[in-house]
Amino acid sequence: MAEPPFVPAPAGTWCTPYAAVLASRIRAQQTYRLSFASEVFSAFLIGLVEFAEVWVIFHNVRVLGGLDLDGALLLFGLSNTSFALAQVLFGHLDSLPVLIRMGTIDAYYLRPQPLLLQLITSDISLRRLARASVAIVVLGLGLIRNDICWGPDTLALLAATLTSGIAVFGGLFVCAAGAQFFLIDGSELTNSFTYGGSFAAMQPASVFPTPLKLLFGFAIPVSFTAYLPTIALLDLPGPPLLPAWLAWLTPLAAIWVWLLALGLWRIGTRHYQGGGG
Amino acid sequence: MFAGLFTNCVFGFVRAAVMMAAVRASDGFGGYDEGTIGAYVWLSQGLLGATQFMGPPLELVDRVKNGDIAIDFLRPVDVQFSYLAADLGRAAATILPRGVPSVLVGMLTFGMTMPNTPAPYLLGLLSVLLAVALSFLCLFAVGLIGFWVVETRGLRVLYQICGTFLAGLFVPVHMFPGWLRTMAHITPFPSILQSPIDILSGRVTGIDAVTVVATQVFWVLLIGAMGRVLLAAGRRRLEVQGG
Repeated sequence: MAEPPFVPAPAGTWCTPYAAVLASRIRAQQTYRLSFASEVFSAFLIGLVEFAEVWVIFHNVRVLGGLDLDGALLLFGLSNTSFALAQVLFGHLDSLPVLIRMGTIDAYYLRPQPLLLQLITSDISLRRLARASVAIVVLGLGLIRNDICWGPDTLALLAATLTSGIAVFGGLFVCAAGAQFFLIDGSELTNSFTYGGSFAAMQPASVFPTPLKLLFGFAIPVSFTAYLPTIALLDLPGPPLLPAWLAWLTPLAAIWVWLLALGLWRIGTRHYQGGGG
Repeated sequence: MFAGLFTNCVFGFVRAAVMMAAVRASDGFGGYDEGTIGAYVWLSQGLLGATQFMGPPLELVDRVKNGDIAIDFLRPVDVQFSYLAADLGRAAATILPRGVPSVLVGMLTFGMTMPNTPAPYLLGLLSVLLAVALSFLCLFAVGLIGFWVVETRGLRVLYQICGTFLAGLFVPVHMFPGWLRTMAHITPFPSILQSPIDILSGRVTGIDAVTVVATQVFWVLLIGAMGRVLLAAGRRRLEVQGG
C-alpha cells in the first residue's frame, strides 16, 4: 500500500490572513440585502447632495476662483473620488476613539499583527463605494466637458493625482487616528483635518487668503489632490504660492502626509497605556 | 468644547473664503454683500453646535434599541418634554463657550455686518430657541423609528446630510434655484438654521420676521405632534425581555 503523496498545505504569505478577513467582511455586509441596499442608497444620496452644494454656487456665480462650472466638475470629481476611495479603506479609523475609551483596543494590541493593518482591515465599507461612484461620474463629465489636450503626460498626471490623492486622504485619516491616543474623545478636533481637508479640497484654492493657502497647500496638502491638478489639466497659471507646475509634485505631498501619519501613529500607539480591566 | 470650536472655525474659514469670493464674483449674489455673507457664514457656524444638527446620535436612540426606554415610560414625567428640556439645557451650555466665540472669531478675521437695533436680537433669541427645539424634535422623531427598525444609523445620516443642505448650511437657501427652494421650504429644515440667521443678521425685519418666527412655531407644533404619535405607537409595540 503506497503512502499517499505528501501535499503541503498551501503556504500563505503575510497577506493571507488580511485577505481572508477582508473577504469575510465584504461577504458579511451583503448578507442583509435590504439593509445593505438602503445604506448604498443613502451613500449615493450623500454624494449627490455634496455635488449639489458645488452646483448651487456655480449656478449663481459663473466663474469662481478662475474656474467655471466645467472646471468645478473636474475639481469636485478629483477631490471627491480620492476622498471617497480613501474613506472606503481608512474611514473606519474614525471609530478609534470609541475603541480607546472602552478599552477594547487592548485586544488588538495582543494579536501578533501590526495594529494599524488590523484596524484598517477590521471594516471595509462597501456602501461608501456608492458615494465614490457619484464622484467618478462627475470626474468623467469633467474630463469630457473640459478642453483638455490629451497626451501621455496628461494621463500620467491623472494617474499620479488619483493614487497620491487617495494616499493623502488615507494618511490624514491615520494622522487623525494617531492623535486620538492623546486627545481622548477628540474626534471633533481631528475631523477638521479629515473632513475639513476634504471640504477644503473641493474649493478652488485661489479664493483662499494666504494663511489658508499655506495651510491647505503645504501643511495639510489637500490642494495637491484636486486644485493643482485641475489647473494643470486646464492649462491655467494658478495663483501666487500655488503655481500649476506644483501638480507634478503630488506624490511628494503624499509622502509628506504619510511621514507625518506614521510618526503620529507610532508616538500615539506607544503612548497608550491600556484601558484597565 | 474647544475641539468643537476649533473645527467650527476651520470650516468657517473655508466657507467664508469661498462665499466672499462668490459675492465678489457676481453682482447681487442673492442680495448678500461681503458683510452680510460673513454674518451668514459665522452665525451658521455658531449655531451648529446648539442645534446639534451634525452631532452624535441622541441618547434616546440607544435606549430605544436596548429597551431602557421602558424605564423612561415608568417615570412620572412626559418622555418627550423631559428629553426636550435636557436638550435645551445642553444647547444653552453650548452657545456660550462654542457658539459665541466662533462668531467672534469670524467678526475679527473676515468681518460681518450686524444690525444695530435691539429688535433683531430679541426676536432672534426666540427664533434660536425655536430652532433648537425644532432640531431636537426632528431628531427625536427620527430616533423613534428605531421602535420599528433595528438600526437607524443610515436614516440618521440621511437626515443629517439632506437636512443640513436644505437648512442652508452650505449655501443660503435664498441662493437655491426656484424648484429647490420650494422643495426646501416644504421641509422644516430652513426653520432650523436659515430662519434664525436671517432674523439675527437683520435680513428679514418687521412683519416678515414675525412671519418667519410663526413658520417656526408651526413646524415645532407639527413635528412635536408627530413625535407624540410615534411615541404612543412605539410604546404599544414595545416588548422588553427580562425584568
